Amino acid sequence: MIQLNGISKVYRTGDVAIHALHSLDLEIGSGEHVAIIGPSGSGKSTLMNIIGCLDVPTSGKYSLDGLVVSSLSDSALARIRNRRIGFVFQSFNLLPRLTALEQVEVPLVYRGVRNRKKVARQALADVGLGKRAHHRPTQLSGGEQQRVAIARAIVGRPSLILADEPTGALDTATSGEIMVIFETLNRDLGITVVFVTHDMEVAHHTRRIVKLRDGQIVSDTKNSPAVGRPAPSAPAVPAVGSPP
Amino acid sequence: MNIFDTIPIAIRALAANKMRSMLTMLGIVIGVGAVIALMAAGQGAQKGITDQIRGLGSNLLFIRPGKPEDNPTNSPVGGTVLTLVLADAEAINNPDRYPYIESVASQVFFDATLTAGGESLTASSVTGVTPDYQYTRNHYVESGRFINEDDITRKGLVAVVGANVAEQLFGDVDPIGRTVRLTVGAFRVYFSFSFLVVGVMERKGATATGDEDDLMLIPLPTMQARIPYIRNPKGQSNVHQITIKVTDPDKFGQAKEELSALLRERHGVAKDDFTIRSQEDLVSTVNAVSQTLTVLLGSIAGISLIVGGIGIMNIMLVSVTERTREIGIRKALGARRVDILWQFIVEALVVTMLGGLIGVGGGVLAAKLANGQHLFGRDLYTAVTPFSIIVAFTVSAAIGLFFGIYPAFRASRLNPIEALRHE
Repeated sequence: MIQLNGISKVYRTGDVAIHALHSLDLEIGSGEHVAIIGPSGSGKSTLMNIIGCLDVPTSGKYSLDGLVVSSLSDSALARIRNRRIGFVFQSFNLLPRLTALEQVEVPLVYRGVRNRKKVARQALADVGLGKRAHHRPTQLSGGEQQRVAIARAIVGRPSLILADEPTGALDTATSGEIMVIFETLNRDLGITVVFVTHDMEVAHHTRRIVKLRDGQIVSDTKNSPAVGRPAPSAPAVPAVGSPP
Repeated sequence: MNIFDTIPIAIRALAANKMRSMLTMLGIVIGVGAVIALMAAGQGAQKGITDQIRGLGSNLLFIRPGKPEDNPTNSPVGGTVLTLVLADAEAINNPDRYPYIESVASQVFFDATLTAGGESLTASSVTGVTPDYQYTRNHYVESGRFINEDDITRKGLVAVVGANVAEQLFGDVDPIGRTVRLTVGAFRVYFSFSFLVVGVMERKGATATGDEDDLMLIPLPTMQARIPYIRNPKGQSNVHQITIKVTDPDKFGQAKEELSALLRERHGVAKDDFTIRSQEDLVSTVNAVSQTLTVLLGSIAGISLIVGGIGIMNIMLVSVTERTREIGIRKALGARRVDILWQFIVEALVVTMLGGLIGVGGGVLAAKLANGQHLFGRDLYTAVTPFSIIVAFTVSAAIGLFFGIYPAFRASRLNPIEALRHE
């Protein structure tokens, strides 16, 4: 469903051109559970932004669900983000002031859906937060906030969930719970889940690990996920270029 | 996205910063309130003046000295040359020749200092009149008597005072039978006479030619006999105005034509050296002046509305910066540029329209409270028209739109990636 061909991204700051991605090719099939890993500056954030339709490549072709995205207009990209992609961020990125239920409604508002409350309530129940619907972010724990974010990501029934360091701000036990939710979504609902992380423990919950360095893919390996339990505390594979 | 979905978002965002929203709104409230109140004052003045002019009777003609172009503001003594004399009025008062003339009254205006007991009124209007004044001007005595033919022939030192003059000089005491000292002077030459008060005029209120309640009326010949500079070089007595009551307003055209011919002949001139105006001419002149006044007052108040608008823009720009991350999140969740644009425009509109509504309420209330109040020695009248309410409210909404667009545009153009990274 995700097809990247010769994707390059160049940032220009004054006279200096920074090549964040070098003609990268990547294909992710429908229903896959993939981790994109790499150290800071490897280009994984840029790649996630491009896959998430938040950014467009300088050159190359990106198609999502058979739709060539790299040439679409700003509002067409917004529509794709709204309908086909769910984002989960390290820092949750919930809107202040809104209750959990209202957070989950936001994508539906932009989609112009009626009957939003009911759909949003169901999504919250799916992540086990049915009883906390009227709490604001400040009244929720980190794990609960991330669950709200996940509910918000899945409420529009997207085909792809992009998670950027989804457990980066959580303790080990809570991380495990969140991982289970992602695995369930991937297995039971067939949603494609892509993690972008530098944490090998997180990566080991997926079935495929793509390593990135200096804007290029250095390895692409299958993995047997450690389902339902935290990964061993010592990393099985030395983390590639551990973060500073 | 439905535009109505942005309204609760806007209200929530404004409620999150109540103090700031209130202060921002206050600028618009004051602006709109000022526009409504000041336009009400302008329109009230206009309505008051035109009502008073019409109150004199709808069938009056006024002849004043001076060419029309010399006296564009129609001031009673504003003409450069005093060309009208008492004999002109006598010639006009010829019902056989001009059957449409009902009555004719001449007036001379000047300012004098009036004193009675310990009280003194400077620069009071004194008018020299004839007994026809009451009927012609439709203004009668309340108590005592008016100036009669006997006073005219005797050139008597008697006076009829306006309601305000009576009140200010004599207070609760009945002025009839008491004396008022009149002092008039120029170039260090002063004349001073004592007048016996014989009557008090009914209350009339402010008019186009000043407040008739502030007048003191004395016999015209007395004035001409006592005050030398009223006379012209030929020894004839100038008059400042001849008021003519016509049987039917339809005769105005004919009257203007025939009386102009008579006066030209009498003055031996080819071009008019006088001006004939009807009541309605006066009304339209006054209307033109007071409409200018209303527009001027409204514009001054409008400036404060613009200042309020700048306040809105300022706060909206701050708000966009503060909420950069929120904008990034919304974009990631599928908000298009136009959705973000509308979100911030609607927020600015909610502030200005709510402020506009409160301002309209405040302005109308202020106008109602001020109506009929005595302020700076004058009665203040206000008239709130639906037009001014619509104008003020529309302008406030337009200001919200105008000053809201730029911050909203900035918000909509934010790069979602950078916005998401923003702390």
